[in-house]
Amino acid sequence: MPDIREIQVSVNGEDHSAKVETRTSLGDFLRQNLGLTGTHLGCEHGVCGACTVILDGEAVRSCLMLAVQANGHEVTTVEGLAGEEGELHPLQEAFWKHHGLQCGFCTPGMLTSLVAFLRDNPNPSERDIREAISGNICRCTGYQGIVDATLEAAKVMQGRV
Amino acid sequence: MGVRYLGAEVQRMEDPRLLTGHGRYVDDIKLEGMLHAAFLRSSQAHAKIHSIDITAASDLVGVHRVFTLADLGVNYQKPMNQLYPAPVIEQNKTQYPLAKDEVCYVGETIAVVIADSRAIAEDALALINVEYKTLPAVIDVRTALEEGSPLAHSDTESNLMGKMRSKFGDIEDAFNKADHVFSAGFMQHRGGCHSMETRGVIARDDPWGDGLTIWTSAQSPYLIRRALANWLGEPEEKIRVIAPDVGGGFGPKAGFYPEEIVIPLVARIMERPVKWIEDRQEHFVSTTTQRDQYWDLEVACNVDGKILGLRGKVTHENGAYIPYGILLPNSSLTPLPGAYSIPAIDVGVDIIFTNTVPNSPVRGAGRPCGIYAVERMVQVVSRKLGIDPAVVRRRNYVRPEQMPYETGAKLRGGDPVVYDSGDYEALLDKVLELSDYESFKDRQIAARKEGRFLGIGISSCIEDTGMGPYEGTTVRVDASGKVIVKTGAASQGQGHHTMISMIVADNLGVKPEDIIFESADTAKFPHGIGAIGSRIAANVAPSAFDAASKVREKAIKLAAEILETAEADLDIESGIVRVNGAPDVSISLGELAVKLTPPSSTRVPTGFEPLLEATSFEGSAGSPIASGSNVAEVEVDNGTGEVKVLRYSVAHDCGIMINPMIVHGQIVGGVVHGIGNALFERMIYDKQGQPLTMNYGEYLLPLASEMPRIDVTHMETPSPLNSLGVKGAGEGGTIPAAAAVIAAIENALEEFSVEIDYYPVDPQYLLGLIDSSIDSKSSSRLS
Amino acid sequence: MKPAPFIYHNPLTPEDAVSLLASNEEAKILAGGQSLMPMLNMRFVVPDHVIDLNNVTGIDGVTNRDNLLEIGAMTRQCDLMANDLVKSKAPIIPEALEHVGHFQTRNRCTIGGSLCHLDPAAELPCLMAAYDANLTVQGPEGQREIPFIEWPLAYMIPNLAPDELLTKISFRYWSLNHGFGFEEFARRHGDFAIVAVAALLEVDDGKITRAAISIGGANISPVRLVKAEEALIGMLANEDTYKVAADIAQEIESISDAYVTSQYRQRLAGTLVQRALVKAGDRVNRS
Repeated sequence: MPDIREIQVSVNGEDHSAKVETRTSLGDFLRQNLGLTGTHLGCEHGVCGACTVILDGEAVRSCLMLAVQANGHEVTTVEGLAGEEGELHPLQEAFWKHHGLQCGFCTPGMLTSLVAFLRDNPNPSERDIREAISGNICRCTGYQGIVDATLEAAKVMQGRV
Repeated sequence: MGVRYLGAEVQRMEDPRLLTGHGRYVDDIKLEGMLHAAFLRSSQAHAKIHSIDITAASDLVGVHRVFTLADLGVNYQKPMNQLYPAPVIEQNKTQYPLAKDEVCYVGETIAVVIADSRAIAEDALALINVEYKTLPAVIDVRTALEEGSPLAHSDTESNLMGKMRSKFGDIEDAFNKADHVFSAGFMQHRGGCHSMETRGVIARDDPWGDGLTIWTSAQSPYLIRRALANWLGEPEEKIRVIAPDVGGGFGPKAGFYPEEIVIPLVARIMERPVKWIEDRQEHFVSTTTQRDQYWDLEVACNVDGKILGLRGKVTHENGAYIPYGILLPNSSLTPLPGAYSIPAIDVGVDIIFTNTVPNSPVRGAGRPCGIYAVERMVQVVSRKLGIDPAVVRRRNYVRPEQMPYETGAKLRGGDPVVYDSGDYEALLDKVLELSDYESFKDRQIAARKEGRFLGIGISSCIEDTGMGPYEGTTVRVDASGKVIVKTGAASQGQGHHTMISMIVADNLGVKPEDIIFESADTAKFPHGIGAIGSRIAANVAPSAFDAASKVREKAIKLAAEILETAEADLDIESGIVRVNGAPDVSISLGELAVKLTPPSSTRVPTGFEPLLEATSFEGSAGSPIASGSNVAEVEVDNGTGEVKVLRYSVAHDCGIMINPMIVHGQIVGGVVHGIGNALFERMIYDKQGQPLTMNYGEYLLPLASEMPRIDVTHMETPSPLNSLGVKGAGEGGTIPAAAAVIAAIENALEEFSVEIDYYPVDPQYLLGLIDSSIDSKSSSRLS
Repeated sequence: MKPAPFIYHNPLTPEDAVSLLASNEEAKILAGGQSLMPMLNMRFVVPDHVIDLNNVTGIDGVTNRDNLLEIGAMTRQCDLMANDLVKSKAPIIPEALEHVGHFQTRNRCTIGGSLCHLDPAAELPCLMAAYDANLTVQGPEGQREIPFIEWPLAYMIPNLAPDELLTKISFRYWSLNHGFGFEEFARRHGDFAIVAVAALLEVDDGKITRAAISIGGANISPVRLVKAEEALIGMLANEDTYKVAADIAQEIESISDAYVTSQYRQRLAGTLVQRALVKAGDRVNRS
């Protein structure tokens, strides 16, 4: 018999109560049970970073956590980054302006990682940003647009632009 | 007609969706009653299959059915079709959609489990019992043609798939009269696809309605429709193939895979939609890769570095089957002689089967290998003669006044290879300036005083882009005034929606946001080719331009009649046709569209066909040849063998740029892919054919932390081959990168006389070269 | 890549966790999950039971007792990096952790998880070897302490019975003016090191009075370069001296694998020992 538990989890500010098989990863739970398909599974072994979500404020790999471990916790996914009226987060705006995405598959993990990173490092150098996203693989952009976008978003978020 | 968008850095239409998590990739699609598939794949590189026992797997709770080849039906006990037949193919080996009685690489599909969830399907895989009889495997392509070598397929006499040759000019004469002949041998390894989205297929069959609908993460949905229709023996019209958002393609997604047969067939048999999403482990063993080429070349040159001829041999690893014709070996040869005027060339390729995953093009296909080979030989000439590599290049470039320039090589169809336009020396000048090449020697000397080893390397390339025959576009205005643009061109992140909208918006006088863009759905546009070989811009831009022009002409003509004015007095802006000088007199495109789609019992205006619509298949009259020169500056750590790329400069010419921001992104992304090839990515198999680098800790993709900032400058030499003067840009970053990086490494280690004979250049190999150079120097001092 | 089914357990105390370990065969401990979860997803590990420590109380955090740092096994790498005690008493730890994976994985990874997983190239075992740490494990019969040198039994196998749980790591930190250097060589930022070196030095009047050199990745578990440590004592803290240690490091017993040879590992060990000692020497507070 499958091992099934009931969990309570807050996702993007909305409370969810769901039954989940204990072997289900947090990433699969978000995508399949909640229909939040913005979180992408790129490697399912914790290297590519596409599945990164924010758990209680910290960026984590949703492929390396069980959904049952999110019980009682708060999760933010890429769907939760824009404002209530749909206005883009400064980082999303900057990605758009600086061509920080091509196919868009790694983008959700880049954004969630960098939102958490910029909170703790509001004035990053290019080197800081490159190290911060070294756990997020992008096959399309060569990273430069992402780095430029992050440098600008940091300034915007600091009110320096 | 005012040009507002062409050439502007328009932010992409695709992005708001993708940035907010609202993309629609294959795995995001959920259909009513959908089941999930997992494939059992061969664990053996080469084996006969004695039996497959699916009993226990079939009995597992949650499993609906397990299929082997026999279960697919009597009509389907046959291998897959060859997508690109060619006379060169002496042994046409394609795989069965599920293995029949022999498996020829680790990862080959054997059976498929259909279950309530992917997890349960995977549970069942462990319960399938396959009885193998292991056969010897051939892995090393260098020994595959030797007497007594194991055979990749047990029913063949030889591992030779076929031979190709590019030969022109008087090669004997060139080598006889040359002052010098130098030789070099090197291995080139190009890795796998590794798009961040893996492959995936969903199929639904509705025999009484739409027929088969297939969503697949693919670059060429029309090719899949045709291949599947042929294989099934069914009409194309009853098969709809949709490539939704695709998370990167890079070549390997342009083929036709066993899963694209099996999932549709199984969905039909089960009468339920079925989804299969490739997981990353499967990607390593089932998605086609590019792998190894061994080159042995000789170059004939004069004392001044002028190259007279190039000859030699290539051994090309093909993998176990031929999924993709000979596109890969062919595109390794056609770029010879690169950016140079070399009067005689004779290079042959042996294409060889091994028991590894089938090979296909990866970003650039064979072009990075062909260009690497030429650039390598230029480097050899430069080093041996002690002439600056920039000078050797200047003495050999095809000159602008020689354009159009016939290289002497032939395309597959027998047509000559012609360089349409470009100024290669001017590109070199630009990149030398951008990279501060002249002052590098000072940087190098200063660093050497601190015990650091800096080096610089140049690479020039040409890229044949925009292969035909066409990529059509339909432009139609609907009653609301919105402009519907449809094309066969599938996108995997290249921004086609934006690029095509810019062209249509300019030409039709509408705003890009008033364009509804639909592509990569065989039900929406009758036929297309696909996004391969940097071909979309040079094909779809002309067709979009032409279709929009025709719609514009029709709108103006009708408006002139309605507004009772001359056509020449009309202009279209923001979707409104206005009389110049009398802005109040106007009619909207939407109103004109209604006139051309009137209700019953009314008439279409006399002299007009219904619909404010036009379709065009205008493309390029040949392959526009893009070009580039790159400079890499590296530092080598002589204590670890690590190579750091400190700086990378690109001067690139892809003709008229539609959206420079998108071109820039293509170049930078392409360079990083090329640096990955030069330094990091390597798919390793052991001697038995077991793949070893099976995760992203072992297979090293380039990360942001190791990549330099890449400076790019452009020239815009229009192509005379199409209406907009555009050339392709998708692969021009990748093609020259490895040669620049590796020349820079050798330059950094000049005092050790290091000669690099393979890539990716790993630190252990490089440190070994440094150490052995030191050893041999010290021992020669002793003797 | 979905895990095989298992029964999930969520104990709240170390005792409960131990009794779950004792009463369930084929159980796996889930700490930070950054190594176990990939192995579950790939089905390299197929346990019947998974015992999650993330809600167990009392086995995380850092305390300072009698010149000993005591670190709870469930202390996450990100918390070790941010901890003021660790930063001031054992600054080599945050420096080394910069190399461990990426900030997203460090947000979950625990020190106990790393020590139990015992990857030969992992940074934390290498550091704990340098500090001669003691590991406290709890079993059904109570606790026992294991010096780090006895912790690795074989390749990736710690000295831990199936019903035992690592709860605490403690080590004596070095004098305030010690020097430290951590150097590793990995192909890319965040990758497992091919070879990693942790070096600690105490210097008095220009001469080395105490040294610890730990090398990870060269062999199946981290090793101390005892011969070099002894050779350094009493010598001047300068590059020539470090070269002596580097030469010894180049002779270290090493393994080959599919990617690199033992000779290359030895070569790296030499380079990195030299560089780590230079760094450590430069950082010694000579005042």
